[in-house]
Amino acid sequence: MGKKTPLHQSHQDASAKMVDFAGWEMPIHYGSQITEHEIVRTDAGMFDVSHMTIVDVKGKDARPYLRFLLANDIAKLQVQGKALYSCMLNENGGVVDDLIVYFMEDNFYRVIINSATRDNDIAWLNRQSANFPEMTLNERDDFAMIAVQGPNARDKVLSIFSENQRSQIEALNRFMATDIGDYFVARTGYTGEDGFEILMPEGMESNCWKQLLDAGVKPCGLGARDTLRLEAGMSLYGTDMDETTSPLISGLGWTLAISDDRDFVGKQALLDEQQRGVEQQLVGLVLKGRGVLRNHLKVITPGGDGEITSGSFSPTLGKSIALARIPAGIAGEVEVEVRNKRLKADIVKIPFVRQGKPNI
Amino acid sequence: MSNVPSELKFLSSHEWVSVDGDVATVGVSDHAQELLGDLVFVELPEVGATVSAGDSVAVIESVKAASDTYAPVSGEIVEVNEELEDSPERINDDPYGDGWMYRVKMDDAAEVNDLLGADDYSNSIEDGE
Repeated sequence: MGKKTPLHQSHQDASAKMVDFAGWEMPIHYGSQITEHEIVRTDAGMFDVSHMTIVDVKGKDARPYLRFLLANDIAKLQVQGKALYSCMLNENGGVVDDLIVYFMEDNFYRVIINSATRDNDIAWLNRQSANFPEMTLNERDDFAMIAVQGPNARDKVLSIFSENQRSQIEALNRFMATDIGDYFVARTGYTGEDGFEILMPEGMESNCWKQLLDAGVKPCGLGARDTLRLEAGMSLYGTDMDETTSPLISGLGWTLAISDDRDFVGKQALLDEQQRGVEQQLVGLVLKGRGVLRNHLKVITPGGDGEITSGSFSPTLGKSIALARIPAGIAGEVEVEVRNKRLKADIVKIPFVRQGKPNI
Repeated sequence: MSNVPSELKFLSSHEWVSVDGDVATVGVSDHAQELLGDLVFVELPEVGATVSAGDSVAVIESVKAASDTYAPVSGEIVEVNEELEDSPERINDDPYGDGWMYRVKMDDAAEVNDLLGADDYSNSIEDGE
């Protein structure tokens, strides 16, 4: 049996169907993944994301270390509580992981990384820290984490806090976070909807989960989380990008702070790639007819073949959508090889869905 | 535990058969729909097509995966459940009722005797878990 999050019993109480996810026993759905998807697009759903890895980076060298480690620049974080999405790269410009870093206070940053990559990431963080002695990396296994997402997430989350705490949460702009008593509340997420990710010391999570249930927030599993993030055009590490792909061919060029003289791991490789000419692009596809696009299907274009990196069914659009890596410069219509047939798909701008509404 | 009606016959690949005279109605079991999760597309055979037992005749796709389904008996397709085209979730909601997939006019009704009874099918599910 895999590792269990502190909310395991709560999932069982809600009749979750559990699956193995990167060594963790996690809920894939609580009955219907499509219903859960729709709840997040129209109301409020919650996800147990306690399996994610949290690392606190503290000390005088924390800032220079993260500026060296990350392809985005934490110098952008001027205000306490502000969050930044970034990749960390290897020397070849491949993506070791993607993450969110929060500026907690001077000399203190909190980094949230994927659970599937945990061991590799921790080793990488340590290896890159060699030249930054005045700093500690502290893995926070003592936190549970619940993501509450959807157009009504805000009101429902606010309802479980006291009046005084409420005003602090209400004041949070997007991509901002703050400590609320023992809670750490961030206005971030992985669904394309408004909402919060709430960290709390282990022991508080069952009560928080129950309060949210009572407030009308529905439990949602990893299945819905995946279709939600795909509709929102958000990358999934390990499928849309990995150590062999640079951010430039993964739709993540926007996360790179590359134009000034800051040095960071992988920068030279990215500059070289830019100079050679970026050969591929990550695009959104919408299947024109019936069927479902799946990961790794071949995409046929006038400029050569590509591959679907994430394919699924979009409940919001009622069609199949995908992210695909194809030759640069291709637009318009392509073909996808699905079960020995060639099906037509349109290249579209992402996100596929914005604030609950079709965007294509 | 998933529902396995005792009056039906099954394939170990999770298709069910209900026989009325020489016509067999075919669908997929409750266990199969549970394994697949929410269904989003169903590709049914053409009415008038001739099928042999064991042929892949329909494809059902969930959010998670696409699965072939196989003809339990040989004969001619005489009717398909067109409602599934727009409402594939009927298979999730009512696999043995509204979620039926197609009807076959059997060449040889004795073929049904080769299929699994409910008990044997239940055992095959348990062995698979």
